[in-house]
Amino acid sequence: MQNAITLRRRRELITAAILLVLLIVLPLPFHDPYTRNLMILTLLYAALAQSWNILGGTCGQISLGHSLYFGVGAYVSTLLFVWHGVPPWFGMLAAAAVAGLLALLVGWPCFRLSGHYYAIATVVVQEIAYLLFLNWDYIGGASGVYVPFHGQSWMNLQFRTAKLPYFYVMLGFFALTWIAAWLIEGSRWGFSWRAVKDDVIAARSLGVRVFPSKMAAAAISGGLTGVGGAIFAQFVGYIDPDSILSGPLSILIALPAVLGGVGTLWGPLLGAVVLIPLRELSSTFLGSSGSGVDLMLYGALIMVVALMRPQGLVSLFQRGRNGSAS
Amino acid sequence: MAALLEIRNLSKSFGGVAANVDISFDVAPGEILGLLGPNGAGKTSLFNSISGEVTPDVGEILLEGRRISGLGPVACAMAGIARTFQVVRSFDSMSVRENVMVGAFTRLGSTRAAMAQADETMEFCGLTRRADAPAHMLSPAEKRRLEVARALATGPKILLLDEMLTGLTPTEAQEGVALVRAVQARGITILMVEHVMEVVLPLVSRAIVLNLGRVLTIGTPAEIVKHPEVIRAYLGDRYAAG
Repeated sequence: MQNAITLRRRRELITAAILLVLLIVLPLPFHDPYTRNLMILTLLYAALAQSWNILGGTCGQISLGHSLYFGVGAYVSTLLFVWHGVPPWFGMLAAAAVAGLLALLVGWPCFRLSGHYYAIATVVVQEIAYLLFLNWDYIGGASGVYVPFHGQSWMNLQFRTAKLPYFYVMLGFFALTWIAAWLIEGSRWGFSWRAVKDDVIAARSLGVRVFPSKMAAAAISGGLTGVGGAIFAQFVGYIDPDSILSGPLSILIALPAVLGGVGTLWGPLLGAVVLIPLRELSSTFLGSSGSGVDLMLYGALIMVVALMRPQGLVSLFQRGRNGSAS
Repeated sequence: MAALLEIRNLSKSFGGVAANVDISFDVAPGEILGLLGPNGAGKTSLFNSISGEVTPDVGEILLEGRRISGLGPVACAMAGIARTFQVVRSFDSMSVRENVMVGAFTRLGSTRAAMAQADETMEFCGLTRRADAPAHMLSPAEKRRLEVARALATGPKILLLDEMLTGLTPTEAQEGVALVRAVQARGITILMVEHVMEVVLPLVSRAIVLNLGRVLTIGTPAEIVKHPEVIRAYLGDRYAAG
């Protein structure tokens, strides 16, 4: 069968394949660690926003506490590695499982709230977790956890100075989140979740189970975000609540998707490509620590996008929207 | 023939306002039953009970002899009740085809099957030409059609139409009437709310008139228009001399 949906989905796959090839060769001409670092972070935030988008964009449940899943994922994988020498590849699976379960646990009470109230509840839960981790001395408390260097190896996901391996791991992570989003988009789940986002009452009347839909979306979104935390911890070698479980990080996870286009397949990547280099530049030229300039920058960006392009930057590339689609 | 849908002594009030009081009637398989009454008579409220959106305070609703009241909208949809809404509720971030596919997924798991079902239903409802248009771009009449298509795609036994013909131009209303007849011809039972008598009476086999939450009368269209209580409810005492 061939129709607008199948054609669009095939086009998306082809675009993704071309993009993947481009991204694989992209870092090769750039040898300085700064640029490669920037690429790695961009991919990280693209993937995190893609994960966020599964719940916030597809299912319409705006979470402003996603650093909870990122942070918990990082802690799970890191502590397994530090205490028991579990390779981070297995740590990622554990991180996904724990973060996914945690998302279900958060969703159980919070999904009884709708709209803004749900968003506020996610902020509160994440802040509680932040304070908890800050004061939990058993897992390092405010001073955090150092990831000991066990020698350069793919198994431990540790590399002395090389950035390239991390780039490809992040690329793999981004590809994973993209494929998850793409598969969901074409499945019964994706249709149900979008129905929940658009009109709960109509969705219910068509047999869509609203609460389980939100829970499933949250579990997948949270689990993928947890994987990101696990990879990030190996990349930076040090985690503490301020760097991986904070309110500003929660905003930064959601922002690329909002900027690029909420609920779209390419919005998160596009948003991250714009936002993350801009953030790095601003912290390089304006000073990073505690100045708040970066926050002003995010605010200004959101205002500009909300005023000029409410559907996100991705709408700049779309043809045939607004009724003329054929 | 056994009734498809049975309403037994149903009452529902919302904070002291009695929306439905002791309502009982049967819907026979294959018929088009009209649900009439002035504004505020309790028609939409009754619809919400039948589709599971609200739970009746008293009484029960049976579909093919099985109790469905109080089970919620999802269970009602799975049992074979589909509805449209008085104020149209389309999924505005989706195309027409995607809207109808959500309905098709009620009974189908695979995307391919849901697409085929949606295509067939859109063809039946005359929406094929608009299949890839975003739902929010449709005209009011097309949106009504979309609601019918989405409901039909769930594969229902009974279709509840809430003022599907209200607010349409005469031509659009005629097309709507033709669609309702075509749905009946497929063997799907229809319960339709309208408050425009002249539109609905030629269409239905029987009609129920509600007033102030109670059943005023049940009968064939010919009986309804002559009933003094109906005339009184619609036109006031002066005209009810009969």
